[in-house]
Amino acid sequence: MQKERRGPVPRGRAKVQLSRQLRTDIVGYLFSLPWIASLLIFTAYPTLASFYYAFTKYSILKAPRWIGLSNYRTLFTMDPVFIKSIYNTAYFTLLLVPLGLAISLGLALLLNQKLQGVGIYRTLYYTPSLVPPVSGALLWMLILDPRLGLLNTMLRSVGLPGPGWLTSPAWSKPGLVLMSLWGGGSSTLIFLAGLKEVPRELLEAAEIDGAGVLSRFWNVTLPLISPVLLFNVVMSVINSFQVFTTAFVAGGGSGGGLSGGGPSGAAGGPLDSMLMYMLYLYRHAFHYFDMGYASAMAVLLFLAILGLTLLIFRSSGRWVYYAGKQ
Amino acid sequence: MREVSVLRSAFSPQRAGVRRRLWRRFLRYTLSAAIGYTALSVVSLAYLVPFLWLVITSLKVQEQVFTLPLTWIPDPIMWDNYYRAITFAGFPFFLLLQNSLYYAVLSTVGIIISCSMVAYAFARIPFRGRDILFAITVATLMIPAVVTMIPTYIIFRKLNWVGTYNPLIVPSWLGSAFFIFMMRQFMMGLPWELTDAARVDGAGELRILVTIMLPLMKPALLVVGVFNFMWCWNDFFYPVIYVNEAGKMPLSLGLYAFMTRGQTLWPYLMAMSLIVSLPIIIIFFLAQRQFIEGITLTGLKGV
Repeated sequence: MQKERRGPVPRGRAKVQLSRQLRTDIVGYLFSLPWIASLLIFTAYPTLASFYYAFTKYSILKAPRWIGLSNYRTLFTMDPVFIKSIYNTAYFTLLLVPLGLAISLGLALLLNQKLQGVGIYRTLYYTPSLVPPVSGALLWMLILDPRLGLLNTMLRSVGLPGPGWLTSPAWSKPGLVLMSLWGGGSSTLIFLAGLKEVPRELLEAAEIDGAGVLSRFWNVTLPLISPVLLFNVVMSVINSFQVFTTAFVAGGGSGGGLSGGGPSGAAGGPLDSMLMYMLYLYRHAFHYFDMGYASAMAVLLFLAILGLTLLIFRSSGRWVYYAGKQ
Repeated sequence: MREVSVLRSAFSPQRAGVRRRLWRRFLRYTLSAAIGYTALSVVSLAYLVPFLWLVITSLKVQEQVFTLPLTWIPDPIMWDNYYRAITFAGFPFFLLLQNSLYYAVLSTVGIIISCSMVAYAFARIPFRGRDILFAITVATLMIPAVVTMIPTYIIFRKLNWVGTYNPLIVPSWLGSAFFIFMMRQFMMGLPWELTDAARVDGAGELRILVTIMLPLMKPALLVVGVFNFMWCWNDFFYPVIYVNEAGKMPLSLGLYAFMTRGQTLWPYLMAMSLIVSLPIIIIFFLAQRQFIEGITLTGLKGV
């Protein structure tokens, strides 16, 4: 610690000599002030407020009115559309997450080869995820056209039936999954980075010991990339639960057009088969301005995500292997 | 005599064994390479073909969009679809472009300024409570936007900011957990000697940040900037809540609005889609290496 300077102290004014730690503290908090403000205003307060609003009837124009568990009662007993949105979102997630991860991992394995020009392929696989989701959704609406779209024409040319995709209640969600798979490049890159951390010596040792390609993958590669797998699983689930833009554009809006008024087409898709949780929430919040109801939905989704994430983390103790780095 | 014996040994049985092994290894290498390239190429078709279809469709006349058999080469090739899409009556392309740029640029500037400040505090200023604050910051990454969305909207509504870009830009000037995290990790890896020397010389923290740390952080700043720009440029969700009026919306919304006004003119839609995607793709190609480093940096090191 530096010795405090002694010198003539100005008369008539108390000179406060702050300790070094205190000065550091002040500077530190000063620098972090914008973020602390943001945490309070845009994270802490809204989260708590959501929980509060969930128990009220709030239409913005009037003050919120406390109605207890009434929103939840309505949601679960008198709102079949809500139940449908849960089903849709769960179906979508269960379809997309395993498929998406398997494909990303497969691609990453392909990209991990020591070949010349592999970087070009990497760029190729990643570029579709850069395209604005709206553009991607529009493109795939074109491709998935049941009569004359690209995909169905190709399927029919090899003798397979061409399903109704976005116009069919049964195939609309798989259609959404296809769209999302095309734009899922970033998890591939994360897997790739994880794969590069697998030491070649281990794989070579396994090969010498007689392990085949599959056995090497299952017993060496997979355990070593399991932390990355965990990360991708969690992120993928959280994102799928909150799917919005693709479903909005492909399903034809959310029932009310953009500016909140006017008619719209298949909002929510055929028989509401593309009505995802977030779309329904959006409709209640920003078309009906039923903030209480929408907040109740928001809280439920939050708890679901939290619960599922904790579950995944808890189970991860059994299948995730940290190679001594943590 | 010696030459004959050398020749003879070259073709002797022992040599044959070595040759066989070398030949087999060569075969194995080229075979696996061939399989590798084939697999990569086949898969890349799945990614390329839709893209190709986008470009092809954008150059077609409306009647050729849905034909049997598929029209792979438009005839005529409507190059001026692009011009017509931009100048389409009732679609203020340049106004929307301006809006998108306004949003993306202002947000990115705010992010870089605020996040580097906060990250610097987390990385280099040992103030009390810092680690708890940082842990809280990382924890908020797990909080989905859905639970903060509605009350935040109400705040902005009370401020009369709905219908403007303020709700989308102002929070960027206060920081973002994701980018603070990213920058802090990067800063932790920078050498201490420089900043220590500067501190001993009496430089204030702000001076250290601006004149020493920031120049060293160019790759990280680039990644953060590109990431945020791209995120704002592609953003649909927040604009659809806050700026969904005809003249105020950004290009991402405009694209959707273009579709919902009457008949779907696919060639124009596709042309417009490509135009809207182009800036991002170009930026990506220019900043490729740092981009990929940035994704993997947060993806892995942060876990």
